[in-house]
Amino acid sequence: MEKENSNFKKADEFLQMFKRGEEFTKALLKDNEKLRYNIVQLEEQLQRAGNEERIKLFEERIAQLEQELSSYHERFREVEAENRDFALKYLEVEEENNNLANLYVASYQLHSTLDFSEVLRVVLEIVINLIGAREFTIFLIDEKTDNLLPVAAEGLETSSVPRVRIGQGTIGTVAREGESFFSENITEAKEVNLNEPIVCIPLKIKDHIIGVISIYTLLTQKAGFTNIDYELFNLLAGHAATAIYSSRLYTQSERKLTTLQSFLDLLKEKTVR
Amino acid sequence: MCNILIVEDSPTMRQLISFAVKRIRGASAIEANDGVDALKKLLSNKIDLILSDINMPVMDGIKLISLVRGNPAYKDIPIIVITTEGAEEDRRRAFAVGANAFIPKPIQTQELIKLANKLLEKSAGSSL
Repeated sequence: MEKENSNFKKADEFLQMFKRGEEFTKALLKDNEKLRYNIVQLEEQLQRAGNEERIKLFEERIAQLEQELSSYHERFREVEAENRDFALKYLEVEEENNNLANLYVASYQLHSTLDFSEVLRVVLEIVINLIGAREFTIFLIDEKTDNLLPVAAEGLETSSVPRVRIGQGTIGTVAREGESFFSENITEAKEVNLNEPIVCIPLKIKDHIIGVISIYTLLTQKAGFTNIDYELFNLLAGHAATAIYSSRLYTQSERKLTTLQSFLDLLKEKTVR
Repeated sequence: MCNILIVEDSPTMRQLISFAVKRIRGASAIEANDGVDALKKLLSNKIDLILSDINMPVMDGIKLISLVRGNPAYKDIPIIVITTEGAEEDRRRAFAVGANAFIPKPIQTQELIKLANKLLEKSAGSSL
């Protein structure tokens, strides 16, 4: 009996010990779970810390790229402005080229011949084709009579244009003063008024005036004068004057030479006989 | 490479138009004094564009254009008329005989180059 009691007691002690073991195991499991939870939390914190670092890096990179972008925008604006400048300069250069070509052709043609009538034809061509005049006259000064004689005309008969005394009217005044005349209403003149030219250009070799180009009307499509027209007027004032003067001298000397040659031939013939 | 025939009796204008034509990429200028001279140049050269005056001695521009348009070999060559006459009647006459475009004198070089380029491109496109 006593032995049986001792066995019961041992069994009870074992049961108690087993229960404590169970509670201890449960406590361990709970701690384990807590620790796992802590590990997960720590891992999350670590990851978050890593992400923040990366975000910071990204933000810095974005700021850097934004700065680069704004500098590129700035450069783009500069290049655009430069392009606009270049385009404008290109147009200016083109215009300048065209003007130079016009001036070159005009002066080349004026000095391409020593024939007086040919030079007059070139002057007429320049005034019609390059300036756009429809009706005009070229006057030359007759030094014996102090009159301006019409030597060529376009749009009207040369013979129908009267002589002009130096100092008389607009044409005569231009021949005396040597200053170009431009009417304020150049496009309004639709019919020829020989006393009221719209433009008068003196033909001058330095200060020596040899004649006047007098324009009465312009071509329908000519809306007004541009810079190149004024350049052409200047060119005509000087180069046309030189070309006309030298061709006239050359023609006169050629004529004299022919006369002298005929005279010499005649003398030779007489000497031989 | 393209050949542009300039038909103009005024040497000044011929030289000026020739300057302008030489500024068209790959273009060379062939000059003729009047319509008859132009027809001779057409026979001996391959012409891609004609720039012609109207008032010329021997044969005027209107007669030249009608002869060019009447010949199957040349009927597709683009023609620009350059003349001092800006009047609507001359424009109408030029277009009636087959001109493609009209430029009044005094010519604006840039306008001429632009128009010539346009017609040359159109002509090259239609011949493909």
